[in-house]
Formats: sequence, structure tokens, C-alpha cells
Amino acid sequence: MPRPGFVLEVDRSTPPVLTWHGEGFRLERLPAGRSRVIYAPEPLEPLDDPDQAVRDALLSPLGDSAPLPELLFPRMRLTIAFDDISLPLPPMRRPDNRQRVIEAVLDMAAAAGVDDVVLICALALHRRMTEAELRHAVGDRVYDAFAPHGLLLQHDAEDPDGLVHLGKTDQGEDVEISKRAAESDLLVYVNINLVAMDGGHKSVATGLASYRSLRHHHNVRTMLHSRSFMDQERSELHSSNWRMGRLIAASGVRVFQIETTLNNDTFPEQMAFLQKREWEWTARDRAMYLATTKGLSVTPPRVARSIFQSIKAPHAMTSVHAGEVEAVHRATTEMIYRQQMVHVEGQTDIVILGLPHLSPYNVNSIMNPVLVVCMGLGYLFNMYRGKPLVRAGGVVILSHPTPWAFHPVHHPSYIDFFEEVLADTTDPLQIEKTYEQRFATDEWYRHLYRTSHAYHGVHPFYMWYWAAHAFDHIGRAIIVGGEPRAVRRLGLSPASSLDDALEMATDTVGREPTISHLHLPPIMLADVH
Amino acid sequence: MSRPDELPGATTPARRLPVTPGALRSLRTRIRPTAGAFPLAKPTWPGTVPRPPVQRTLGTEYDTGWARRYPVRLARVLVQEFVARPAVRAIADPQVSGLDRIAHLEGPVIFAANHASHLDAPLLLSVIPERWRHHLFVAGAADYFFDTRPKAATFAFLLNAVPIERRRVSRDSLRRLTTLLGEGWSMLIFPEGGRTPDGWGQPHSAGAAWLAVRTGRPVVPVHVEGTRRILARGSSKLTPGTTRVTFGRPLAAGTGGDARVLAATVERAVAALADEQTTDWWTAARRAAARTTPALTGPQAPAWRRTWALGERRRRTARAGGRRDGGRWPKASDGRSPRRG
Repeated sequence: MPRPGFVLEVDRSTPPVLTWHGEGFRLERLPAGRSRVIYAPEPLEPLDDPDQAVRDALLSPLGDSAPLPELLFPRMRLTIAFDDISLPLPPMRRPDNRQRVIEAVLDMAAAAGVDDVVLICALALHRRMTEAELRHAVGDRVYDAFAPHGLLLQHDAEDPDGLVHLGKTDQGEDVEISKRAAESDLLVYVNINLVAMDGGHKSVATGLASYRSLRHHHNVRTMLHSRSFMDQERSELHSSNWRMGRLIAASGVRVFQIETTLNNDTFPEQMAFLQKREWEWTARDRAMYLATTKGLSVTPPRVARSIFQSIKAPHAMTSVHAGEVEAVHRATTEMIYRQQMVHVEGQTDIVILGLPHLSPYNVNSIMNPVLVVCMGLGYLFNMYRGKPLVRAGGVVILSHPTPWAFHPVHHPSYIDFFEEVLADTTDPLQIEKTYEQRFATDEWYRHLYRTSHAYHGVHPFYMWYWAAHAFDHIGRAIIVGGEPRAVRRLGLSPASSLDDALEMATDTVGREPTISHLHLPPIMLADVH
Repeated sequence: MSRPDELPGATTPARRLPVTPGALRSLRTRIRPTAGAFPLAKPTWPGTVPRPPVQRTLGTEYDTGWARRYPVRLARVLVQEFVARPAVRAIADPQVSGLDRIAHLEGPVIFAANHASHLDAPLLLSVIPERWRHHLFVAGAADYFFDTRPKAATFAFLLNAVPIERRRVSRDSLRRLTTLLGEGWSMLIFPEGGRTPDGWGQPHSAGAAWLAVRTGRPVVPVHVEGTRRILARGSSKLTPGTTRVTFGRPLAAGTGGDARVLAATVERAVAALADEQTTDWWTAARRAAARTTPALTGPQAPAWRRTWALGERRRRTARAGGRRDGGRWPKASDGRSPRRG
């Protein structure tokens, strides 16, 4: 029976706590009597037979949807869209959930005599995936059957001929999505729901949308009114996507949603100590920690990065639901909360977040300074329900090396954003007003996005907007162990050690502040009362 | 030429070993991780986290079942007969009496003996008649013989030891021992709960009596004398000598009897056997009948007087046995050798 999440009150006998620091980790001792460490629930039991569970879900859909075989018929246009490289984190071991589900859908399509089938990777404004990444996601059988015939596509949010404008919501939001998806007799969307934010109407309304459509919810105002993105009921991001999703459905696009959840078994067995509670470390765990940290200390960053990027998580499927979008998403969200929710009493003055090597936007890539802010103050800060873990005016301490380094192929617009925009201002509203349009419509970025493996020109802006809620809420953000020049460019304060950071924080939150440390990864969601 | 302030025989600095105690201490400090240096050392347990119940596999929880399987029993018989018994005979020269009192007994028996030395158990295992000897387990202190895995395995194999608490015997232990007695195993137990610290006996606990009442098996009181001089508590030196083992008349409580009454009876019986050792059977019998048998626990007096009284008793024992302590060769037979008992 997996244990639920746990909040440890730190006392004098509490051992130092594992804190991630990019491609590495440290053991940090927290002040006794006023600190707490929040541990994620243990991995839920996986499904005994995931393939059978997928078939069962397709045959017994939720909501008002008919079973999938009844929706399939000869001479129909079937489009199967699926999540891109940003999910799950780290990438899971083969077979990926997407492969299991897509193969099951294709089995039924073949049985129904469906010939016109196209697969679309729902990139939104993310980079195009490489062949190896696609093969990993959908499996070799699917790739070899569809890619050589041009039937395995990657969504192009800048293709004027491949998009269709379905109308405007009652809030005046443009809804423009993939033409192939919109004009299909059935659109099957295959999700991997890593966090509560994923899935639902966001799958189609964001994953298959254009910049013209996305800008309505990927903006500073929406982020400031989402408390938080993980709480659908209080998230403006979701409200906007739900309006768009309902308009898509009203336009006649039939969506059959399939959502899968994973347990939080994040690291291979030899690195299992990374998600264990420190006082339960065995001699083997301690030896592995020492060997890993000593090894990493003499490993060049480039090599360390490829080692960490090669980690494939032993995530296992814990549920699969199919059918009508909203009914499916309700069931999925419940499973995600079961795996990730930790009940926490009250806010603290300081929150410490050790940032790992990975965020959704640097799989097989570099976690550049903008992504450090996005991961720390965007995603992890928002991993709450109810109230943020840190009080208004409090301090967030991030731990990450924050190198002044960018992947030139994946993140070209990030380089200019960092060099030009952040050198001018770090205020999200100012940035949005002054610079967004120019980057979003830049022909060179557009070309790289469409033909190379580059994120869209506007993508770094969105990453910065994710942090808008945190910037608005907290008094100060400090990065421990970051490259000072890069940290200052981000508008944050560099600190050489956690002790220094805590000392610096006292200027903002006073002496003897209370501290929360999120023991990440694995991912968890703090339900703050 | 020595310096004037140098004492005769003193080691000159040049001849001293280069490794001084101070240097060793400093080296140890450098090699050994500092206290609490997690992850080199074990992590400490946060005071705010309740400890999970530990699945104990040692102490009373140690499973000795393996030591009663046939291959292990066969190996133990070989060790006992060809190694332990000759060794005990050579070291302790046991003089056994009273075997005629238990000659008629059948089935499992509880042997309850006084306890003065680690030698007691091997000595008794070498003199208890064969019909019980190889189908007998020894109740051993769980905290002493079963505190580490190697120790537990060694004593389980050599003595067929079964763990038991020293004083307040738990229900689980009693149930385990009852089961073994029910399966036909005899038991050797030292009701004093540990070796004598000063030569005098200690009050008996009621464990043996409780088991006798529960199972209806007889208790055979046994008195051992002389083992403390061969291997005293706290000593690691063996001084070969002579020992005397006296078996008493079996005591039957019958089921439904009072364990505390039986425990007191066993204690008095062992004291009477000790009295028989120091005087003679008739004197001891009369004193037992009059309830004037000297207590095994010795006089309630300061330590020196207890030691003094012990010396007096030892002299009486030597006179009664007609032997000198430790003197074994040339051996004088008094007709009480184990071969004839």
C-alpha cells in the first residue's frame, strides 16, 4: 500500500534534505523548529494489464460518448492527435502510453475498415520532434506504418493552409485549430496527463491551435487570474480553454478524448534514493548518492546533461479513461490528485525549490535561464491548490546552476529574449506590451519553428508569463548556486549557498522565518489550507 | 652515554615508536567520519516522525526451527558426542549422582538447575542420560545468546538453545516452549535467569514451574557445583577442575497446580541438593523436612561476609567430596563417575 504524502516538521535530529540542483543534487540542512519538508505520495500501484485497460476504456466510454468502434466506419476521416515531447517528465520507458493507446485505436479502426487515418503530434508552439523522439512516443510499428507515407504529421501553428478558424467565443477569443483535425469525422486525442493542468479541452484548444488562438489564454492577465493552473475551478487558463473547447464541439468537431495517468515512479532503481525520505536511506542509497555526486563533480556539464537526459522513468499507467472530454477529464483529475496531492497546513515565509535538470521544454536540450524561471516560479510555484505555499510578500529560493547557456537549435528566440528583452525589463506586462508581437511574427523564428526543431518565436514570452503570478505574489526570489550574471539578468538575486540565501531572505521576511521545502521530484501538488 | 636527567631504563626519544597514541587518535579522527556526517554515516531519525514497528528477527523473535531439523540434529549429536563430551570430561571431570532418581521417567522432562557458569549447559548436556540428551533444548537468555545473528545461530546449533526472557517471561515465549514440550522435547532451564554474580544462588523465576503446570511434565531439580571455579562469570580463563552434578527427585505439579508454589518447591529442592553436596543425604533430608535447609541465595549480609560464608561452604564441600579443588590427576575414583551413574 503506497504511503500518502507527508509533511515533515524539521527538528534537530532531521538529516539533511536532498535538494536538486540542475544536473546534480545536494544535501541541505534546514533550520530546526521552523522548517518543514513536503514529500510526495509514494507511487500508486500500476494497472495489471494496461493494454486490456485501454481496450476496456475504449469500449466503455465516459459521458455521452458511444464506444469507439461505434464511431468508426469505412470511408471516414479519422485523425489521431497525441501529446508531444513535453510529456511525461522524464520521458517514460517504452512502451509509452501513447503507443499503447494509439495501437489500440488503430486496431479498432482497421477492424472497422477505416482507410483515411492521419496522426498529428499536437505541438502547439513547441518544437518539432525528431524521428527518434516520435518513434519513442508512438512506437516503431506505428511510425513505420504512417511516417513514410506522410501520414504522421506534426502540428504547424503557422501553416495558413493547415488551419481553420472556427469562430469566436462569447469572450471574443479566436478559435483556430488544425484543419485536418477540425474537418475529420472523428478526432481522437491521446493524452498523457502528468499534472492536473493537462488534458480536458486544453488538449485540442491548445495542442492543435495557432498563435492567433493561443494568445487569448497564454497571456499575463490569464496567468494572474489563475490560482492556480492546477485547480481547474480557479484557473482562468482552464476557463478560456473550456470556452474554446465547447465552441469546437459546437462547430461539429467530434472529439473522442483518451486520457491516461501515470504513477510518480520517476527514477530507475539505482537512483531510487532520489525519491526516498532521507532518514529511510539504506547503506546502498547512501553509497549511490556518494558515488553519483562524486562522479558528477568531475563530469563536464555537457556530459552530465546527456547522462541525465538519457534517464527514462519507470512510470507506469495507473488509469485510462475515454469518451466525452469533460467527463473523462474529471475522472483523470481525480486520479492525478490521488497520486500527487499532499495536504499542507498554512503558508510559510519562504519556499525552497530544488530545480531538476528537466522542464517540459528542455527534453533532450538545455535548461536555459528563462526555463529556470518558468520551472521554478511558473510551474513549481503553481503546484498548489487553495493558497500558494509561500505567503504574499514571501521569498522563493530556487536551487539551480542557471548557466548562461542556450540550445541554439531548440531555443533561438530565447537567446534574443534573454539578451534583448530581459536586458530592458523583467516586468511581464511591459514585456507583453512592448515585445511580444515582434517576436511572434518574426519571419526567421517562424521559419525555424516550421522547418527546424525550434520553439516558436513567442514561446519564451509565454515562459515568462507563467511566472507572472509568482512575481505578483512574492517579495523576492533568490537562486542558489546560479551564475550571478545570468541570475541578475533574470531580475533575481544570486546566492552562493542556501545559508546565504536564507540570510538574504531575512531582509524581506524578517528574522526566524518559517520555511517549506518541496522535496521534488517527483511532482506533487500542495493542497494548502 | 645517558643524559644525567634520564632514568635508568627509560626509552630515549629516538628509540620510541614513531606512532604515538596521540598520532593514532588524530589518524582515527581523520579516517572516521565525524558524528552525524550523513550520508557517510547512517541518517538520524527525525524526532517528529514516529518510528515504524521494527520487524525483530533476533532476541525472542529468533526462529530456531532450523536447529531442530534432522540434518542439524545429526550434526549436533556428532559435535556433542565427539567434541563436547570429551572436552567437558577433560575440563570439568563431572561427578554425577542421583540418576537413579529419574531412571523411571519417560517422556519430556524439565531439568531445572542452578546457574554459576557458561560451563553449566555443556556440562549438563554431557551428563543428562541419553534418552533425553539428544531430544532436549536449552532455554537461553534472549538478550544474551540471541542478540546477534552469529551468536544466535551458534547457540541454536550447539545447544539447541531457544530464546526466553530472563525475568518476566512473555506469553509468546511460554507458548513457544509449551509447543516444543508438547512435541516431545525436553528442556533444560536455569530458573535463576542468569549466572551467579558472587557464587551464591539467585531467586528462581516461575517460568519452569509455569511450563510444568501447563504441560503436566515433571520438573527434575539439578544442582551443579564446581563450574564457577573452572569458568567464573566475567572470566575468559578455563581452570580445569572437578564438578558435581546431583539430580533430584522429579517434582510433578500436575495441570491445574499453582506455578508459584511449584517454583518455590523447585527452589527448595535445588537448595536441598546443594545441602546434600556439602553435608550428606540424611542431614540434608532432615533439614529439608524441618525447612531449615540453608538457602541457595546465601546470608543477607554485606558482600564480604557473603564471600566469607561462601569460602566456608566451599571448604565443607571439599571435605564432603574428599577432593582438592582443581586436583584431578592422578584421578581417584569414588564410584560416582558418569559412566556408572
